[in-house]
Amino acid sequence: MLGVARRKIGLGTFSSPILGQVLQRIRPLGSVLPENYSTAAKEITVREALNSALDEEMSADPKVLLMGEEVGEYQGAYKISKGLLEKYGPERVLDTPITEAGFTGIGVGAAYYGLRPIIEFMTFNFSMQAIDHIINSAAKTNYMSAGQISVPIVFRGPNGAAAGVGAQHSQCFAAWYAHVPGLKVLCPYSSEDARGLLKAAIRDPDPVVFLENELLYGETFPVSAEALDSSFCLPIGKAKIEQEGKHVTITAFSKMVGYALQAAEILSKEGINAEVINLRSIRPLDRATINASVRKTNRLVTVEEGFPQHGVGSEICMSVIEESFEYLDAPVERIAGADVPTPYAANLERMAVPQVDDIVRAAKRACYRAVPMAAAA
Amino acid sequence: MAIWFLRSRLAHHLGQRIGSLDALKLSSWASSLHPWIPPSLDSSDDRYASKFLRNPMDLYAARRFRSAKAQESVPVVTDGSNQVMDFPGGKVMFVPELRFLAESPGERISCYRILDDDGKTISGSSFQEVSKEIALKMYSDMVTLQIMDTIFYEAQRQGRISFYLTTIGEEAINIASAAALTIDDIVFPQYREPGVLLWRGFTLQEFANQCFGNKLDYGKGRQMPIHYGSNRLNYFTVSSPIATQVPHAVGAAYSLKMDKKHACAVTYFGDGGTSEGDFHAALNFAAVMEVPVIFFCRNNGWAISTPTAEQFRSDGAVIRGQAYGIRSIRVDGNDALAVYSAVHAAREMAIRESRPILVEALTYRVGHHSTSDDSTKYRPVDEIEHWRTARDPVSRYRKWIERNGWWCDDAESELRSNVRKELLHAVQVAERMDKPPLAELFTDVYDQVPSNLREQERLLTELIKQHPGDYPPEVPV
Repeated sequence: MLGVARRKIGLGTFSSPILGQVLQRIRPLGSVLPENYSTAAKEITVREALNSALDEEMSADPKVLLMGEEVGEYQGAYKISKGLLEKYGPERVLDTPITEAGFTGIGVGAAYYGLRPIIEFMTFNFSMQAIDHIINSAAKTNYMSAGQISVPIVFRGPNGAAAGVGAQHSQCFAAWYAHVPGLKVLCPYSSEDARGLLKAAIRDPDPVVFLENELLYGETFPVSAEALDSSFCLPIGKAKIEQEGKHVTITAFSKMVGYALQAAEILSKEGINAEVINLRSIRPLDRATINASVRKTNRLVTVEEGFPQHGVGSEICMSVIEESFEYLDAPVERIAGADVPTPYAANLERMAVPQVDDIVRAAKRACYRAVPMAAAA
Repeated sequence: MAIWFLRSRLAHHLGQRIGSLDALKLSSWASSLHPWIPPSLDSSDDRYASKFLRNPMDLYAARRFRSAKAQESVPVVTDGSNQVMDFPGGKVMFVPELRFLAESPGERISCYRILDDDGKTISGSSFQEVSKEIALKMYSDMVTLQIMDTIFYEAQRQGRISFYLTTIGEEAINIASAAALTIDDIVFPQYREPGVLLWRGFTLQEFANQCFGNKLDYGKGRQMPIHYGSNRLNYFTVSSPIATQVPHAVGAAYSLKMDKKHACAVTYFGDGGTSEGDFHAALNFAAVMEVPVIFFCRNNGWAISTPTAEQFRSDGAVIRGQAYGIRSIRVDGNDALAVYSAVHAAREMAIRESRPILVEALTYRVGHHSTSDDSTKYRPVDEIEHWRTARDPVSRYRKWIERNGWWCDDAESELRSNVRKELLHAVQVAERMDKPPLAELFTDVYDQVPSNLREQERLLTELIKQHPGDYPPEVPV
């Protein structure tokens, strides 16, 4: 049957502090979500954060609608849109036939004529079938129509590697979409990021690509009361310094932020004080924050899940060279996924995706605690 | 509500060159195509009664949660010999003979036409009447479109604009379809429909401004010629990739449906466009979503150098409508009155019943694909000439209005010379006008100009001030 290959049971992942190991626990489907967040839990999962953001924005603006495969009756392939069909009806939560090109094109057309659609891709790997509409029909239209046609659309869905899903379900598309002028590209990490950035994306008049991560959906993060308020919104284009440090800057986005924080903890035991920057926004990139940090620490390690060539790290490195070259005390280190289609076998997959100790080793190289890659070659 | 299933009739002779099907070789296994579901199968199942449920949530529940129970006794026998069983999607009748549907119907779907080649209405034809005023505006706009094409084409050949694409041979499609719509209907064009814009009031000067990319161009000089667009006239900016506008129209139609507006979306595309994935996704979706949209296929026989015989093996585009559950019609695209009537009826149905309609207009692309093409390289010159003269939609329609006493030779020459003068003037004015200012290079990428672009603009302006001689004079800084 057509749907089987793509149906994924939502997995919750709890990353353990043990080096390089990630324990997986399978969450029951459709876990019960508390109705009212603002008085109840102070810790919410990313899934709940996204669900609440969608709910609040759909409630605030009747022009917002959600479109995608399995978003309605199935409650979302990863249960992100749970409860929305029941609350808003089939006019605003549309289950689509299997045609990414079709529903993306239709969503763009609806955006042209005044609606604010949110298009969900079951994974951004499937957005390849619709990328013409994202680039040529959404990103470029405001420019080509000289401001006559604006496209207030959000494309969202899981991006990057999950666990054991193989090459066609594991690619990270941050660099692909961030390449295009006219698009904004956001990558949340924590629940607060997820809420604030999704709300900002929905309210933004430009097309936004919102890259989530399947393994983060089940992770719990503390959220402030301010973040739970329905008017909460994070600015697009601002990175967050998750942890301050003075010896080396580590930039990361999405799931890699968690890995970078773990690496920072390991490094601190060895006397290396790392500053971890959660990029949050890939386009526009917060060059000011990155450069200010590098000027303070003089060393940079960029971390991403995606393939190395033409990746996000390359752009960050170039930005630092352009603006802060004389502040660098060591070559920029780049951690990225292996330059191969992601393999399926667990042992191979572990080697193809960055692990915490890869980041630790890179930071040490940058701090001259180990031989730099260039010198070793 | 009339059932619009198309019956087989002897097809009119439409010119063998438009990819007509060769004599069908039906094997003994195949039978000719006919409506496959007998009428007894539809009414009792309330999955098809969805239109009559008021609360969408009831519809949703009724449609999704019915299922066959395992222990239920199985078939509902109808006519004694053949059994009927329900599968997901509805009941079907079983047959014991191994019979394949033929790859094509015995005869081609017939074509709606009102005016014969002499501009006389065919007796017994039914059509939507037009007032004298509308009829004359239609003619005048068709002539204007013809002259506009000639002059802009020449301008490209003289090197004054970079590119142009004519609509010669398809004037009736352009103008008559536009005349049957209202200004509230949103148009998503491919690129061979400037006549729709012309009908709605886009001036010759505005066309020229876009082609020359000057500072009055609504596109701020960002697009190549013929990529017109006008918010005011509900005509979405032309976009080059083929058929991407088809799902866009469906999305906009959905928006119209949500707003409950008395209007529809209309999208145009050629025979080649029907091969794109977007076409199929859009038609399928429009039928499922039940939106008011008209899909207008200009089957002009050629997609650059690809004739329809190499584009598809179906009977044109009209036959595909039924496959998606869409009501469709084939019309003579060179008959202005037929196009007018068909689109008028299609619009009524689309809005009243909130459904998509497919209109296939058969015509011929008399001109080259564009100024980058020389079609004599892949098709015979006499074929082109035949369609340019004997089958010209403008002169056919002219005969009809003359027959009605609404037109004469003097009016003709006066119209033509006036239009020509106005066009030449518009071209001159557009050519001499300044280009858009430099700042427009950086605006509209996003809603607000981002900081990196503001800085680049500043640097560029400084650079130009330092080296003015290296910078083109007609682009204001």
